[in-house]
This record gives sequence, C-alpha cells and structure tokens, in this order.
Amino acid sequence: MTPAEADLARRAHTAAATVCDPEIPVLTIADLGVLRDVTVADGRVEVAITPTYSGCPAMDVIGIEVQTALAQAGIPDARVRLVLSPAWTTDWMTEAGKAKLTAYGIAPPAGKASRRALFGEERVTCPHCGSSATEKVSEFGSTACKALWRCRACREPFDYFKCI
Amino acid sequence: MPTTSLSLTETPLLAGILRRADDALILGHRLSEWCGHAPMLEEDIALANIALDCVGQARSFYTYAAEVAGEGLTEDDFAYRREAGQYRNCLLVEQPNGDFAGTIVRQVLFSAFIDPYYRALVSSRDATLAAIAAKAEKETAYHLRHSGEWLIRLGDGTDESHQRARAALDELWPYTGELFEVDAAEAALIEAGTLPDPRALRVEFDATLDHILTEATLTRPAGGWMQSGGRAGRHSEHLGFILADLQYLQRAHPGATW
Repeated sequence: MTPAEADLARRAHTAAATVCDPEIPVLTIADLGVLRDVTVADGRVEVAITPTYSGCPAMDVIGIEVQTALAQAGIPDARVRLVLSPAWTTDWMTEAGKAKLTAYGIAPPAGKASRRALFGEERVTCPHCGSSATEKVSEFGSTACKALWRCRACREPFDYFKCI
Repeated sequence: MPTTSLSLTETPLLAGILRRADDALILGHRLSEWCGHAPMLEEDIALANIALDCVGQARSFYTYAAEVAGEGLTEDDFAYRREAGQYRNCLLVEQPNGDFAGTIVRQVLFSAFIDPYYRALVSSRDATLAAIAAKAEKETAYHLRHSGEWLIRLGDGTDESHQRARAALDELWPYTGELFEVDAAEAALIEAGTLPDPRALRVEFDATLDHILTEATLTRPAGGWMQSGGRAGRHSEHLGFILADLQYLQRAHPGATW
C-alpha cells in the first residue's frame, strides 16, 4: 500500500470500528472481533467481517452499516467481504468489550474457548449481583451467541455470551 | 431467477458439497417447524437456534456449490430450483418431527455423526470446506450437548418419556447406516484429502451414543437392516412435502426478493 492508501485504510478502519452490533448495541464490531481487516486495493476500500455463528442474521445489517459509516466518513463504494476463516472465537472479544457486556446485564464469555467435554461444567458470574451461585436454564438464548441463565442469589434471569 | 428446475452436471466435488448442504438445509427446515410449537418457551428458542445454525451452514455450502458449478448460479438456485430427486440429503434428516422425543433422538443421531465429521473436515485440503467446517463444528458441539442432555432426561425420566424415547430410537436407528455410506465418487474425494472418510468416524459415533444412552438408561439398537437411497436422490415421500413448503414462493414468483 502507498502512504495515501495506508492513510485511507486507517480512516476506513476508524469509521468501521464505530459500527455497533444490532442485537447488542453496547458493543462495536471491533469489540466483538467481528471486524477482521480493512485493506485498500486500487483505491477501493475492502472491509472483511466474520460471523459469530454460521446463521447469524445480523451480518447483512452489519455489512450495510459498515458501508454507511464509511460513506459518512467520505469513503464511498467500499466493499464488504464475508470471511469464515479463521473461525470467530470469543477469545477475540476485547477486555473493554467484556466490561461493557457486564454493565449491560449480559455475562461475558467465561474463560478460554478450548474444547470442553461433552457435558462440561461452566462457572458463570451473575452480571447483576456478582454472585457465582448461578445455573443454566437453556443452552440457547435470544440470539445464537447467547445462553439463558439465572442467578440463585438475586433471582434475576440473565443472558450469558457463550464461549466458543 | 428462471422458473425451470436446475439442470446440473454433478462433478464428484459438487455432489460432495451438496450432501453436506442438503443435510443441513433439510434438518434446519424440519427443526424450524417447531417454532411456536415446542413444549416450552426455552425449547422453542433452542430448536429455532439450532435450525438457524443449520440453515447458516447450508448457505455456506450452497454458496461454495454455486462457485464450483459456475454458470452464474447462486446459493438460492440450489435450495429453490432442484427437484426432490436432485437432493442429496440422508433420509434421517427428512423424517417427520414426530413427538418431542422423536425430534431429540433424530438430533442426537445426526449430531453424534456430523460433529466429528466437521472436526475432521477442518483438515481438508480444500480451504473453503475447511473454513466452513471450522465454523460449523463449534455449533454442532452445542447441538450434540443440548440434544444429548435432553435424551438423558427423557430416557431416565418417567415411564412415558422412557417409552417414547425408546420407540423413537428403534424407529430412527435404521436411518443411521446411510451416514457412513461411501460411493465411488466420494471415495475419490476421500483419497484426495478433500473429504474425511465417514467410516473412520464410526467408533467415535458409537462411543458418543453409548455414553449418552447409558445415562439415559437406553441401549443402542444392534445393527440390523439399514435404509438407504437419499444420497442417490431416492427419498421418502416426506421430502416432497418439505420442498413444496420450502420452494413454494420461488416456484410461484421466480426471483422474488424483499
């Protein structure tokens, strides 16, 4: 990349990084690790994004919002490319992102996304009261990336961002 | 998109991709039929989530199939413009939902196969298939755990739930043989390192099932006669009804978008 293209890529990255996840609006796609790369070839910006789950219905909206954010930053006709490899993992979520999730009432992914036994135990802290006396209600929640839990201490239900 | 059915020359690679794609789409469609009808809200959400994962996996495979087939085809052409005889899914995934035990047993049987299959496919020499599998295997691990936990609860539950789980297992067992079938075209792809050999996954499949079934106080049916034909396009009557539902809009209003 020429210095001018590198500068364009930086500006494009800054703009794309402001786009929020439509389902979890406190997180940006940069916090989530969904924003993978911004490159410039022949003067045209290309933004690579990766889905959290194969069937994530938010990808189309995210793609449109990236193009809108770039257009507003004076970068028209950017291309958005969907990449599958390497597969998204919760390990890419930033620490700032995890803190924002907790503040929003969603328990962030606990630990590293290593392969677990078929019926492994998980320890999840309640995002409301901080108690670890919690239990899983369902492996699946309001979106593909979340599970449904409840706290036995404060009795509140909460979403848990699954560790994958 | 034209109204006519797709006329395809299936190379071995295309046929191999379509097997995976069609398994995922048809199972996803079946699971989506539970939406609004599951025994409880949490399970309604769970089944719809699993359906969504399956349809997402299918889209990735169809997109690749379209790239391999060329001729300007898209993922939608494969889903909406093929006749039942052109579908390459196994018979297991097109079986009706039955009662909740039937759906759970079908899910356990399929997940216990496809989870290790995708894990093996991650090492494919085909970079696109490897990437799709790396994404999918994280999802199928959850599907297996979820359906496995349910089967344990049903088998080791009341007399009624045990009896229903056992009946479903006996009914669906003859559809498991097809999961491990390999024809000449697929054998060549296995030889080339493009696809894993499903026969090599049999030991893990049996071990996973035994682990779940033992806790569920159920037993794995012994071998027996196995159904076959789905991979060659010989389907049960159920697939026609699924496609009538799934393809209706594109057949009636070709190319419709919203």
